[in-house]
Amino acid sequence: MGAIWVVAEPGPDGALARISTEVATLARDLGAAAGRDVVGIVIAADPGPAAADLATYLPLVLTVTDPGAADHAWSAIAAGHLATMLAAEEPDAVFVGAGADGRDLAGAVSALTGLGVLVNATAVTWTDSGPSVEMSVFGGRLLTTSGFTVGRGIVTVRPNVTTATPAAAVGRVEARTVEPARTLPAVRVVERVSEAGRAAPIEEARIIVAGGRGVGGSDGFGIVGELAEALGGTVGATRAAVDSGWIPYSQQIGQTGKIVKPELYLALGISGAIQHKVGMRTSGSIVAVNRDADAPIADFADLFVVGDLFEVGAALLEQLRARSG
Amino acid sequence: MRIVVLVKPVPDPASAGERLGPDDRLDRTAVPAVVNGNDEYALEAALKLVEAAGEGEITLLAMAPANAPETMRKALAMGAHRGVHVTDTALAGSCAVSTATVLAAALRDLEFDMVFAGIDSSDGVGGVVPAAVAAHLGLPYLSYAARIEPDMTAGTVRVRRISATGYDLLEAPLPVVIGGTQALGEPRYPSLKGIMAARGKEIVTRSLADLGLEGSAVGAAAATTTVLDSRMPPARGATEVVRGSAADGAARIVEFLTERRII
Repeated sequence: MGAIWVVAEPGPDGALARISTEVATLARDLGAAAGRDVVGIVIAADPGPAAADLATYLPLVLTVTDPGAADHAWSAIAAGHLATMLAAEEPDAVFVGAGADGRDLAGAVSALTGLGVLVNATAVTWTDSGPSVEMSVFGGRLLTTSGFTVGRGIVTVRPNVTTATPAAAVGRVEARTVEPARTLPAVRVVERVSEAGRAAPIEEARIIVAGGRGVGGSDGFGIVGELAEALGGTVGATRAAVDSGWIPYSQQIGQTGKIVKPELYLALGISGAIQHKVGMRTSGSIVAVNRDADAPIADFADLFVVGDLFEVGAALLEQLRARSG
Repeated sequence: MRIVVLVKPVPDPASAGERLGPDDRLDRTAVPAVVNGNDEYALEAALKLVEAAGEGEITLLAMAPANAPETMRKALAMGAHRGVHVTDTALAGSCAVSTATVLAAALRDLEFDMVFAGIDSSDGVGGVVPAAVAAHLGLPYLSYAARIEPDMTAGTVRVRRISATGYDLLEAPLPVVIGGTQALGEPRYPSLKGIMAARGKEIVTRSLADLGLEGSAVGAAAATTTVLDSRMPPARGATEVVRGSAADGAARIVEFLTERRII
């Protein structure tokens, strides 16, 4: 009976990406229900720190050391090793996050192995014919359940579909040597540039405070940022706000931006046009503030406050601050 | 400079009318098709690079049903030079693995310095096909591009890849495959002149046999994934609308967040 593998993605400074802790938790629960072993895989120049972290979630973590991963794009290097390991050990499912690195890895590995990919899982169960994967499609208007025709494959998992929870006991870490690894052309990283003031990845945020055209300008995002800070959340935006240059593309939610599922989505001056709605409609709670009582967001918000976002925002900030005293 | 841009006709996401057909596959007749949004950003980047270089050719490559040329004309009207349309009844029901296999086979017959693709498509949103195409071809893959700077003299390209904290500056020797994002810049609207010119541009049709692929190796016959079930998501509750003073509105928000244990 094949195992379930979780491939760890690199986070900042050699740490484990947060998404990988969620994927590990989901896979561990799945393994327990399916009676299958769950194994973590860390492929990095120095896999130690990430492997130690992943072992707090999983009983067994295999590490592959590749010095090339230090100054080359991760996915091509990891895909080569992983393809060789998959051929040798034949797990029934490989889980990885649905972010940039996870998608790049899943695509490359699928080409090298012929394994299918089910994308953006929001829930996974195990059936007699392998993993059964729930996805939210068509901008959240439909839920589908899909499987692999051959019973095994690769699954990318959306952030925030589970809460990362360490296991009762810390697992063991074993080093592996993979030879000969399949090789893909390595892509050199000339420089890693950190931009000041960049927030945590918006797909991982528990609370998002987002601004749209109604915010009116870069200055208007001041209140959006202050509310995000007061709530312990991250700032998001619509494409109109990004196109206007008020806020970077990394914060854009919707079609051609990010798809998010925070516990709370506080929308300020956002009309709720379809291009934005597809990126946030599955959020836990949606609260909107808009002067236009007929804005489309009134149809799918849980709480809709008709009013000026700056006035309501200032009052809300004051009340939140008073509350936290 | 020769650039191939992968373009995917997708059901217009602005229609909110996408649906599955009776076979549980995307119903591509339900709403009119448009060029996938992220592919338009990739095409715009290609157009700007060719304009800046003062020479070059942009070829569109689409794997799509028979009516795709209607959609491809818009991308030709933006300024691409020619199109290649891979179409075959055996391709219906293709999964991501098949799609990448077919696109890679079509690319082997084309000459290029760079292949551009949108980082994902609005219908499938998988974001795995460009990486798979690159792996099939054994080419470097530079993804999540916010800026693309080729150096044709040196035979290399540099790409700013959006990262969690900023960006990684990547470099690879040509030829390469690049996955592009909206950060590449707003796509142009086709001019009237461009629309007129597009009518005369060539779109070559290629079948699976032309690519040397068997129908049994791709499409529904070789699908690696299958939809087992679909259903409507649970309906959201009714919207509570609050009118009144800003302070009242804010107070209700705080109360709501407390009720739901968010704060």
